[in-house]
Amino acid sequence: MSTTASNPTRSRGKAPAGEKLADWADGRLGIYSLAKANMRKIFPDHWSFMLGEVCLYSFLIIILTGVYLTLFFHPSMNEVVYHGSYVPLQGQLMSEAFNSTLHISFEVRGGLLIRQIHHWAALVFLAGMFVHMMRVFFTGAFRKPREVNWLFGFLLFVLGMFTGFTGYSLPDDLLSGTGVRFMEGAILSVPIIGTYISFFLFGGEFPGHDFVARFYSIHILLLPGIMLGLVVGHLILVFYHKHTQFAGPGKTNNNVVGMPLLPVYMAKAGGFFFLVFGVIAVIAAIAQINPIWAIGPYRPDQVSTGAQPDWYMGMAEGLIRAMPGWEVNFWGHTLVLGVFIPLVLFGVVLIAIAVYPFIEAWVTGDKREHHILDRPRNAPTRTAFGAAWIAWYFVLLVGGGNDLWATHFHLSINAITWFVRIAFFAVPVLTFIVTKRICLGLQRRDRDKVLHGRESGIIKRLPHGEFIEVHEPLSQEQLYTLTAHHQYEPVEIGPTVDENGVERKVKGTEKLRAKLSRAYYGEGNQIAKPTVEEYKEITSGHGHH
Amino acid sequence: MSSQDIPEEKLPAEPGAAHGAVKVADEDNPFADPGLPPHEHRIQDIDERAAKRSERTVALLFTVSMLATLGFIASYVWIPNDKSIYIWPLGHISAMNFALGLTLGVALFCIGAGAVHWARTLMSDAELADERHPIEASPEVRAKVHADFKQGAKESAIGRRPLIRNTLLGALTLVPFSGLFLLRDLGPLPHEKLRHTMWAKGKRLVNMNTNQPLRPEDISTGSLTFAKPDGLEEEGNEEYQTEIAKAALMIVRLQPDNIKDKRELEWSHQGIVAYSKICTHVGCPISLYEQQTHHVLCPCHQSTFDLSDGARVIFGPAGHALPQLRIGVDSEGYLQALGDFEEPVGPAFWERG
Repeated sequence: MSTTASNPTRSRGKAPAGEKLADWADGRLGIYSLAKANMRKIFPDHWSFMLGEVCLYSFLIIILTGVYLTLFFHPSMNEVVYHGSYVPLQGQLMSEAFNSTLHISFEVRGGLLIRQIHHWAALVFLAGMFVHMMRVFFTGAFRKPREVNWLFGFLLFVLGMFTGFTGYSLPDDLLSGTGVRFMEGAILSVPIIGTYISFFLFGGEFPGHDFVARFYSIHILLLPGIMLGLVVGHLILVFYHKHTQFAGPGKTNNNVVGMPLLPVYMAKAGGFFFLVFGVIAVIAAIAQINPIWAIGPYRPDQVSTGAQPDWYMGMAEGLIRAMPGWEVNFWGHTLVLGVFIPLVLFGVVLIAIAVYPFIEAWVTGDKREHHILDRPRNAPTRTAFGAAWIAWYFVLLVGGGNDLWATHFHLSINAITWFVRIAFFAVPVLTFIVTKRICLGLQRRDRDKVLHGRESGIIKRLPHGEFIEVHEPLSQEQLYTLTAHHQYEPVEIGPTVDENGVERKVKGTEKLRAKLSRAYYGEGNQIAKPTVEEYKEITSGHGHH
Repeated sequence: MSSQDIPEEKLPAEPGAAHGAVKVADEDNPFADPGLPPHEHRIQDIDERAAKRSERTVALLFTVSMLATLGFIASYVWIPNDKSIYIWPLGHISAMNFALGLTLGVALFCIGAGAVHWARTLMSDAELADERHPIEASPEVRAKVHADFKQGAKESAIGRRPLIRNTLLGALTLVPFSGLFLLRDLGPLPHEKLRHTMWAKGKRLVNMNTNQPLRPEDISTGSLTFAKPDGLEEEGNEEYQTEIAKAALMIVRLQPDNIKDKRELEWSHQGIVAYSKICTHVGCPISLYEQQTHHVLCPCHQSTFDLSDGARVIFGPAGHALPQLRIGVDSEGYLQALGDFEEPVGPAFWERG
């Protein structure tokens, strides 16, 4: 006990225990400086900001339940005869991996629940990341200074897909084995090195004896380890940048308005973890997922109909199903384009969304920090691009489930496949055009609202018999919110001939940039927001319109 | 929030627009930022009875959570693990899983609901504003860092002594190759492994389900029979999975007149044709047979092959026909292979040619 208190007005010995502990920790870890900056840190409130929290919490739930599952799971492909309590499979040969998954499901009390929570949380995690990413995209939250965090999030999404895939392959059941076989076929299609990669991954020919053990270390150690690092980095950057906020009275690019971390945000966010966990636990109680006992152990010569991957792999599945079976044979080699092109496109579709912030930054040439979120309508080209990307993704999801569409809606599988092949090219373009039109329409409506006020629904009859609808003027808060967004001017190349008549060389990239800039911000691609002059002229002139 | 000090007359006229925390409205600019709206009190802020009610609600939620956890423990201890119950509309489900999941879910959810309700009704809901500072360092800091870096680099002499720099780069470039070599034993080299299966001249076709060698009369018109090579036993054979992944066979009987492909007819026996069961797309086992059209369909990606025409692809993403196995009958009247497949089975690969 310290008897020589540095502060004579307060004896350290009499401080409450918690305070003493904090003092002890501060002397060694410097926690007070950290807390000073963060304990009352302000977090803005908006329902869409909780999407990222759903991802974080489902990730934690996956880790918690995953650790539990490793206590019982045997990542081995040794063949054993089943003697467990599930009668229909007794006496069957199966791998130890499948056997131990049955053990978790039938003999370990609560094992099935934890398995189902783990799997459901993985689906929620991926869906959450998808939606969270779209929120960030459509509100422009990826702009400077948050581009790096966008990439962190993107990597988490991609790694999450592969962690999910390696995870659901572990039980070595008929469905997942079919998925692994598909992956092997896709790897074989890679020119020159594909066969070698496949032999190295599977320790020889498919299926071999190794992939469950290898997927296991990838699934429980390698990928989650990287992801945990990325999640921590993602959160540190969220703290460091401070959260974005929507435009509104009192909210500027230089402040952040909301509730303090302690107590409100801590209670809400901490409580939300329990809400997410609780909801997933109830789902796991009532909605069966991946009943491997009904599917049976993997046999390379057997398959069930309606084989579907988990939803986040549906996009890859759609690519592979819709692609025509092109194969080129030359000089004793085969170029398996029918499989290799979908494999490449899988990367292209994802990369397209990863690099978007850098493309937009290049087009605008804007080097400022952005902390005020855009309303999607105020960035019509970006919004249209994002909507087109989602439409693309969903077309591929339809393609991935073409057999289910065929059986559930009594359609021809050939017709659906052809629809997907055409829609792959047509639907993104159509979505782009339609979305942009809608955004511009909404911008016009905002403009009308600012200039003419809100439609009150009141019909007034004037003394001379004319009927007019009364428009209520907007409050200043509303006027401010609707006119706060920044509108870019399209980039001009400028005169190509200087005052002496000497022609300046214009680089191709410069021309492309000017062209893109016009497509983003040129005439007809955004609606000029009302100016103060326009507003004054209309409101002072002839009263209501 | 020093906004409380702004004199009354500076505030915007309408009620509700109230005091500006950030900027006082510019009278000339109707679009100016009116500043943060005033804090509106909740009923719990002004009525202590309402606050008490909220307190009781929160406490109730936490209590329900405690009860649910007790329920979880009780379910774990007392419900037999193999008991199934009927619950509408879920059907027959595991009683243990249902009880544990529901109690755990309620226990967790109520903690969350209680905390959120507490935050929303009883904690202060006054909005606060924090300042943001530019991420970029000031020019002085930037200059200092650059100077420090140059100083450090200069002191290391890495620029002045290129021999050190170049040999270091060389060493760092080479050292990962050790790791690369360590990966070599992950698997054997492919060699010709993908080109051969267990099938060979004289190997009998054994029914996959009955484990009996097949005679031509066992194959009836309109049915799809799966076969494996004689001697490929599942039990006690470590290589079974790898072998069956290549050797799996499907057999159908067609009318010899219906066989359009000349070679197919040659390789058949009394209209019985044997094809690899492994799809040439990405390797799923094909299992759907349409007896009227003699089409087989892979259930994974819907590649469709015409068995009466050399199993060529008629729809879907597969790139080439299914390999056919040449069959005949041995002296005892059993179906036998007359050799291995002439081309690799399963998905195409670079060396396939």
